[in-house]
Amino acid sequence: MKRKFYLIVLAMLLLVLSACGNSAIQSTTKKVEKAPKEGGVIKIGVLLPLSGVYASLGKNLQMGMELYFEGIGWKVAGRDIQLIVEDSEADPQVGLRKARKLIDQDQVDLLTGTVSTAVAYAIRDEVDKKKIPFLVSHAGGNDLTRSKRSDYIWRSSFSSWQIGYSLGQWAYDHVGKTVYIAAADYAFGREVSAAFKEAYTAAGGKVVGEVYPPLGNNDYSSYLTTIKNAKADAVYAFFAGSDAVKFVQQYEQFGLKKEKKLIGSGWLVSEDVRKQQGNAGVGTIASIFWDYHLDTKENKAFIEAFAKKYNARPTIEAMEGYDAARIIAEALEAVGGDASDPDKVVKAISNVQFVSPRGPIQFDKETHHIIQNMYIIETEEVNGQAENKVIEVIEKVKDPGQ
Amino acid sequence: MDVIAAQLVNGVSYGMLLFVITCGLSLVFGILGVLNLAHGSLYMIGAYVAYTMTSQWFENFWLALIVAPLVVAVLSLAIELILLRPTYHLGHLSQVLLTFGLAYVIHDVTSMIWGSDVLSIPLPPPLSETLHLWNQDFPAYRLFVVAAGVVLAFCLWFVQEKTRWGAIIRAGLSDKEMINALGVNIKLVFTAVFLAGGYLAGVGGVIASPILGLYPSMEFQTLILALVVLVVGGLGSIAGTFVASLVVGIVETFGRFLVPELSLFLVFGLMVVILICKPDGLLGKQVVRH
Repeated sequence: MKRKFYLIVLAMLLLVLSACGNSAIQSTTKKVEKAPKEGGVIKIGVLLPLSGVYASLGKNLQMGMELYFEGIGWKVAGRDIQLIVEDSEADPQVGLRKARKLIDQDQVDLLTGTVSTAVAYAIRDEVDKKKIPFLVSHAGGNDLTRSKRSDYIWRSSFSSWQIGYSLGQWAYDHVGKTVYIAAADYAFGREVSAAFKEAYTAAGGKVVGEVYPPLGNNDYSSYLTTIKNAKADAVYAFFAGSDAVKFVQQYEQFGLKKEKKLIGSGWLVSEDVRKQQGNAGVGTIASIFWDYHLDTKENKAFIEAFAKKYNARPTIEAMEGYDAARIIAEALEAVGGDASDPDKVVKAISNVQFVSPRGPIQFDKETHHIIQNMYIIETEEVNGQAENKVIEVIEKVKDPGQ
Repeated sequence: MDVIAAQLVNGVSYGMLLFVITCGLSLVFGILGVLNLAHGSLYMIGAYVAYTMTSQWFENFWLALIVAPLVVAVLSLAIELILLRPTYHLGHLSQVLLTFGLAYVIHDVTSMIWGSDVLSIPLPPPLSETLHLWNQDFPAYRLFVVAAGVVLAFCLWFVQEKTRWGAIIRAGLSDKEMINALGVNIKLVFTAVFLAGGYLAGVGGVIASPILGLYPSMEFQTLILALVVLVVGGLGSIAGTFVASLVVGIVETFGRFLVPELSLFLVFGLMVVILICKPDGLLGKQVVRH
């Protein structure tokens, strides 16, 4: 029997090793060359997770970027644009290695991407030291534009604070005076719920309990039973991806939906999970910076262009990629296509402002973080399908930067 | 009291979910001595095939529950014949590495076919409802999982202990050469057992996925859980796996209820305690006696 035990221990070690460092086993370099290589090409390094749990987010960001660059013919100020895409595997070590490869070997002029905040933190010093303008197109960790701020790092996506804080006052006014918080136990989930709590308690609300299931949790039954027996008007939840599907479905199955309003961040009922939830998400209130049903002409044009190219609905990540591409293009336009001076490029980025599919956006020159509208959305049933509706706009939400 | 009772039901249903996932692995390991690290992958294929069936071919969960595991069984038949059979004489380590490699291959192939989006399997009406017991609400599907686990456990016990097939399997486990000499084709027995293990993995995939969901890397998460249950229960004993599933399910559920901060650690902590205090697992002794 002993030998068999060693076998199992060995197997577990293998699994744990493979979970920690996927890189050793499946490290591949994916190179997408979109334009002919010649003199005068502006190279943009794109660092996204194309394998692993966040693969679909990375894919959508890339699709959004390609959609925008295709729309302008892969040219800015007369120069060709080339995207060099690397798979970060959402792993900080791999991300740093790939970032170095993009900077040193490919000599990219700009860097964009990262879904995982951990990857963004890992490459922060590298881009700061080598003065490579880095436009963060997804990773939302607060500190990236706070204590880890860099002259060369600008963020066009969101911060955890913007997501959580924007729902606090509204929830107190319209939902209830007491909430229970349930959020995935990782930096982002903790930051978003802390921001919500800050705004909600400042408004006068009371948080009666908090629970943080692990990221990628498989069964929420015992958490839900605990929450069900707590006295709260509503439940504030932060979950994304497969967690969001499971949590929202089980929330309904365990009978909580009819007793306590479910509120949370927009990822709870975003485009990529809502269809899989069936109608379990109907009635959910969430805060987010873009929604498919946002009724503006910019958003309609974006959705139409996306559907034409990919025959699918864009996700919020596709919108982020689309915006990031436009910010880069407009900044490069402003410097006349000359990306040789990183200080000029970041200055040009800081001046970019336009009306995006998500509404008007501009950068906070102090924090390097985007100032954007936040939307309160409600999920409702339309022709048997769960769809979101924007019910309130909170304009020009600015991260405090500390 | 209501809360405790409700959590107990949660624990039992989660435990039975673990049993449904693990029993195939336990069967194959107990009888073939092959630690099939591709078990999670077979589980995943069962889930994905059931997803395709329920969402695209026919909207019938019950039919998928029967057909999808058969697809997995056919696949595991191929794996046994082509990959495992030539390597039985090489020993355990090479089989571990072989099946581990296979898990990665299947991982990439499934993500090519089904993509990396999060998916879920919708449940038919009687199962998707919510039942009201002891002042608490329970999804009907949880109770179905409990029933499925008990039925599976009974069938496995019955076949192993009360039928001629079971007798041959148990005999093959203790002395391969002797049973061969007695005129039983032991190779055929091994193939049949691996096929059954694959079938059970498929059943596990279909039954678990409405709760656990379908997403990239789901198979490795499942595999780790299954290995924990296997170690806690005692290697290769179906009864041990059954008890361990319940213990792990209840410990984890109450851990999440009482000390949610430790929930990630508790199950592995339990495994460590079992390994130190009772290295053969909860019901491991029985295996040695066979």
